[in-house]
Amino acid sequence: MTATTEAPFVHYPGARAPDRRRTVDAAGVRIAVYEWGDPDAPPLLLAHGGLDFARTFDVFAPLLADGGWRVVSWDQRGHGDSAHCHLYSWSADVRDALAVLDSTTRRPVPLIGHSKGGSLMMELADAMPHRVSHLVNIDGLPSARNAPDVPDRERTRMRHAEVQAWLEHRRAIASKMRRPGTIDELAERRGRMNTRLDREWLRYLVTVGAELTPEGWRWKLDPALRFGGFGPWNPEWSLGRLPGLAIPVLGMLGMQPELMGWGTQPEDVTPYLPPRGRLEVFEDAGHFIHIEQPERVAKMVLEFLEESR
Amino acid sequence: MSGETVYLTHGRVRLALHRLRAAEDGHDLLLLHGLGERTPSKVPEWLGEWPGSVWGLDFTGHGESTIPVGGGYTAEVLMADVDAALCHLGRATLLGRGLGAYIALLAAGARADAVVGAILCDGPGLIGGGIRPGSPWIAAVAVGADPGPPDPFALVELSRDVRPPDYAVTWVRHAIEYGSVDPAIAVCCVVRPEWLEATVAEPGVVECSLDEALRLYARASG
Repeated sequence: MTATTEAPFVHYPGARAPDRRRTVDAAGVRIAVYEWGDPDAPPLLLAHGGLDFARTFDVFAPLLADGGWRVVSWDQRGHGDSAHCHLYSWSADVRDALAVLDSTTRRPVPLIGHSKGGSLMMELADAMPHRVSHLVNIDGLPSARNAPDVPDRERTRMRHAEVQAWLEHRRAIASKMRRPGTIDELAERRGRMNTRLDREWLRYLVTVGAELTPEGWRWKLDPALRFGGFGPWNPEWSLGRLPGLAIPVLGMLGMQPELMGWGTQPEDVTPYLPPRGRLEVFEDAGHFIHIEQPERVAKMVLEFLEESR
Repeated sequence: MSGETVYLTHGRVRLALHRLRAAEDGHDLLLLHGLGERTPSKVPEWLGEWPGSVWGLDFTGHGESTIPVGGGYTAEVLMADVDAALCHLGRATLLGRGLGAYIALLAAGARADAVVGAILCDGPGLIGGGIRPGSPWIAAVAVGADPGPPDPFALVELSRDVRPPDYAVTWVRHAIEYGSVDPAIAVCCVVRPEWLEATVAEPGVVECSLDEALRLYARASG
């Protein structure tokens, strides 16, 4: 669908569009890649969370770039300007991330991820330790605590309901489109999931993460993707990747509860920290630590990368 | 194929659902092939005399169904393939080989009201990737490799699909709780990976020969 009018743009203090854009072919899937900073500076990868997109880093990434790094981020398949696909899975996302890394450098680099992106980077670091120099996980550390504590019978009922909802979604996706609206309407909808983020930031996100169609703004997000899901994965399997990492690891947890947050507590993570691991707890932040407190997070990351260089 | 083929839409995937034999009586039997296989071109001899129509579904990335770009397979997506087939057929008994056996189990739990028993048989992909993930690795398909079918990504990703016993048991319990066929599942496999051992231990699951299972569900109405 093509926009018929020039899209208005909302400015946000500190936000800076990427300095460069390119695409990468990941086994036939077109992945949109964005960069901030000097192209000759040492690169690092920055992975966004589920249902997000690379432009959510428009404040955070420039701070890292100003600290001397070439910041490389990408829209995961089905998100932003990357291609919509037949299938989506964890392993496919990790594979796409490797394609971005391969297109950037063959030298070891820092991996930084938020939420799902943090767990993806953790898996990439475990799978290919020779390609990674540091790992930063921003509120993407899972725990068994995420699972509700309910009786077995109730758990069975809840899971069945979740499966039914997912199948109904699968039946309908061929004809689904993202619901259109005004900038304010899309910002409001997103605000229901991002309750701690200010309205002007959410309005900014609409102008960089949605497209203007004749019917209104639509998020650039494949309708096949949805919040939640089910499967055999056990969160502790992800945590089990941490202790064996030889590289410096910085984990961050935002302690204010949010719908998109994972509810992980420090005591869930501490036993799994590797020898060169460190956990920072943000009592006054929610899931989007790097958006609520970009300067503090960026400073912490830059110092972490420098001191463990 | 000796019968007609119906093409179903599952998201962006076009699924091939083949009718191998038409019949007026009884409910349908839906064959679910193993990993890397496709629906046979005619009713297999080992099937015997099923009184209803016999259909076969080509899973995503297999046979005449769409080969996705860039992979991303999970067992759950193939379960949704079966759901698309059941939408078309109404009610059916599922007969799964290998990977198809595991998918039949998931579908029996997910759509218990539409599945008149699931028969699980040996075949490629029965074991899957074990009960927990091993060392992580990132699959790659070489440039110029045979594009399939079957999709090389399907072979790689579905052979490493994790199948914890408690996860398999969840689907058994859904099949029993929400279905009306008892036993809900018939296990005819010789090979018993851990997920299948856990399945067999559940009430509402019977171990028997294929002939016995077919006779059992041919008579069932649910």
